[in-house]
Amino acid sequence: MSVRTVGRVAAAVFRESVRDRVLYNVVGFAVLLIGAALLLGQLTAGQELKIVKDLGLAAMSLSGLFISVFIGIGLVSKEVDRRTVHALLAKPVRRSELVLGKYAGLLLTLLVNLTVMAAVFYAVLALLAWGETIEARHAWEAPAADPRLLVAVFLIFVELTLVTALALFFSTFTSPLLAAAFTLALFAAGHFSADLQRGYVGRPSPVAAAIASGLYHVLPDFALFDVKAAVVHGAPVAARHVTIAVGYAALYAGGLLLCAVLIFSRRDFR
Amino acid sequence: MTAFPIAGRPAFGAAVCLAAAIALHVQSRVWLLEAPGAGGELYIRSGEALKRVALSYDAVLADVYWIRAVQYFGRTRLDTRPGKSYDRLYPLLDITTTLDPQFNIAYRFGAVFLAEAHPNGAGQPAAAIALLKKGFAANPTRWQYLQDIGFVYYWWLRDYQSAASWFQRARAVPGAPEWLAPLAAVTLTKGGDRAGARALWKQMLETGEHDYLRRIAGHRLVQLRVLDDLDALNAWLARVRAETGRPVTSWAALAPRAGAASGPPLDPAGVPYVLDPVTGQASVSNRSPYYPLPLDTQARPGPR
Repeated sequence: MSVRTVGRVAAAVFRESVRDRVLYNVVGFAVLLIGAALLLGQLTAGQELKIVKDLGLAAMSLSGLFISVFIGIGLVSKEVDRRTVHALLAKPVRRSELVLGKYAGLLLTLLVNLTVMAAVFYAVLALLAWGETIEARHAWEAPAADPRLLVAVFLIFVELTLVTALALFFSTFTSPLLAAAFTLALFAAGHFSADLQRGYVGRPSPVAAAIASGLYHVLPDFALFDVKAAVVHGAPVAARHVTIAVGYAALYAGGLLLCAVLIFSRRDFR
Repeated sequence: MTAFPIAGRPAFGAAVCLAAAIALHVQSRVWLLEAPGAGGELYIRSGEALKRVALSYDAVLADVYWIRAVQYFGRTRLDTRPGKSYDRLYPLLDITTTLDPQFNIAYRFGAVFLAEAHPNGAGQPAAAIALLKKGFAANPTRWQYLQDIGFVYYWWLRDYQSAASWFQRARAVPGAPEWLAPLAAVTLTKGGDRAGARALWKQMLETGEHDYLRRIAGHRLVQLRVLDDLDALNAWLARVRAETGRPVTSWAALAPRAGAASGPPLDPAGVPYVLDPVTGQASVSNRSPYYPLPLDTQARPGPR
């Protein structure tokens, strides 16, 4: 497998994504949402900063989720539906390189998006801090442009690497609609996995408990990447937590990508 | 038919329809007058259920519920119709703090909204205490919640023993300031008198971490001053009554005695004090921002 070929495919995906009007709309939506947060803050009593932070991080996460799901599901299936996959495979590109290149290209798109949004986010926070009195700033749980927020942004990106891998995996063998449904369903289920572990499913029988426990370990644990509330309240996030989350995402996404490569390699496009 | 009228008529029709729709909407505010306290049902009352539905966006949802709570409180407070109630305030605050257990302001401001006497507040000090206890259970280093419970016991429940006990518990929290210990002592020795209350609110004014809480403390201190003013005013009215043998029925009747200072005496907000022509007692007007005054053993009930 050639890293250079993967890089070329990734660059092509990135260029296509940047040209994609939907992509711009989502970024515009996120920027608008962060701006709107300033107005929303006026509706409440003394919590403008928290609301702007919550809304900004949620907007980044949601727009990233939409990009990774709705573009991720079309990465492979679109080439197959348009039959451009034949032209691609006629070139000296291996199927594994195509899958990995597509994945890397979308991750690059997500990274650029998150970086731009984080810059806008910090600018809005700095603006908010600039307009406040020293007394009001003293009452804040954490400073406005708190560097710890970057940990949450980073873990949003790590979470999106896993979501993208899921979307790409499903897109190699099913229709875009089903791939989107499966990815979003697993994203939702991945936030309930802790409940499965804690036994919120109603004190089940030993068999059901074993199934619940199995599901807890098998389903992707998206709750692991959620430190948004903690950083907004100025709570520190342990380096070990970040390391485990990154390792978990790398292993899980790696496994999914290998499955995607395997399935895509065996597909017959004639 | 020329092209202009064809293009113009639908445009005119559209403008008329839209203008009529806006006019109807404006009028609907009058025709569909909401019952006091109505507006925005609370379909889901379980914060735990909402927390699960919210996936990882529970903090944003907490913000939405906090804004709803603030708007609901403000709207109900401004509602002048009789029979208004704040029945959805505690559920809204409960959901907010379940979605985000570290939502400091929701506990502290929420307790103020709940404890404040009706009609300016919900008049639910027990609910305020429950909210603050929930906050301390989720944030065991926040001694401020225990201090606030002490305030609710002192100011709204007039249970000075319990208030002092909560101040002592707040002092026992690691990192709590030392001034909580003398505050507990003052509460025990001067509980019920204005000097004790004044000491409490001065402490809040000087150390309160949020502007809103400091404003509340400043407001309470002025209310205490109003109580002092009323005591002095009523003592003077009593002297006039003793001299003349009949109660003073109007401020105008006092003009010759007051000399140049004719006209009704004003509270710190510039609103005239009200004189009851039957009892001859002065009290604060219900138009004053300091109405209603807190329960006070030294204050006497009067007309509003």
